[in-house]
Amino acid sequence: MSSKTKSLRTPLGRVRGLGAAKEGVQHWWAQRLTALAIIPLGLWFVGGVLAHLGADQASVQAWLAGPCTGTLAILLLVALFYHSSLGLQVVVEDYCHTEWLKIASLVVIKFAAFFLATLSIISVLKMMFGG
Amino acid sequence: MADATPAQRPRPLSPHLQIYKPQITSIMSILHRATGIALSVGLIVLAWWIAAAAGEAPYFDFVSAVLGSWIGVIALAGWSFCFFYHLLNGIRHLLWDAGWGFELPQVYASGRAVFVGAVVLTLAAIVIGATVW
Repeated sequence: MSSKTKSLRTPLGRVRGLGAAKEGVQHWWAQRLTALAIIPLGLWFVGGVLAHLGADQASVQAWLAGPCTGTLAILLLVALFYHSSLGLQVVVEDYCHTEWLKIASLVVIKFAAFFLATLSIISVLKMMFGG
Repeated sequence: MADATPAQRPRPLSPHLQIYKPQITSIMSILHRATGIALSVGLIVLAWWIAAAAGEAPYFDFVSAVLGSWIGVIALAGWSFCFFYHLLNGIRHLLWDAGWGFELPQVYASGRAVFVGAVVLTLAAIVIGATVW
């Protein structure tokens, strides 16, 4: 913000979009939305995993490589890792009162969630398109 | 500051967890967090398993063997309970968000339903899993 230089922007225009204004519920809302998505998708996936316990690689690939199952699996993975990182973030913010440790934990959580989500989604895509 | 002037009397502290009588409401709230953390750890294993499924066959067999070992089976059964508990209690939370079930008798009843449901679904998953495996 170059507030010292003269600007045609009004004070109101400068503060808009800063802080939690109108976005304060974003975290809360994203957590509920992903929760709602995980209810059917999670039950479907757990059922699928139960049906494939001890199965060989070919049958697991055949299950997840279909257009519908692959899509559902990817949507579930997005929702799961998003939901997980939001939840862990709240836990860290609640119990970790050392500022640098809190920030470091949040960075680790976000990076790990992004890495594992990308790894698992690429893996599903490989099963779908890898032949 | 505290070390500049010796304390005349011990300062009051807010009571900690062990002071309170355990209640179904507080226990379930703590369990929701605990199962959420456990499930987040489980996501690492999930990503590992999916990556192995897309990778080389011998490595997938290795992962299957690890998950099929007795430690693996116990962990999977534990994560099953965490999943069903967090799922059912999550639905309870979503209903609260919608404004339903806030009366104390309803809170206790839904809490008991979540416990029973989670145990029943976990046992069902174990029975189905043992049949399939």
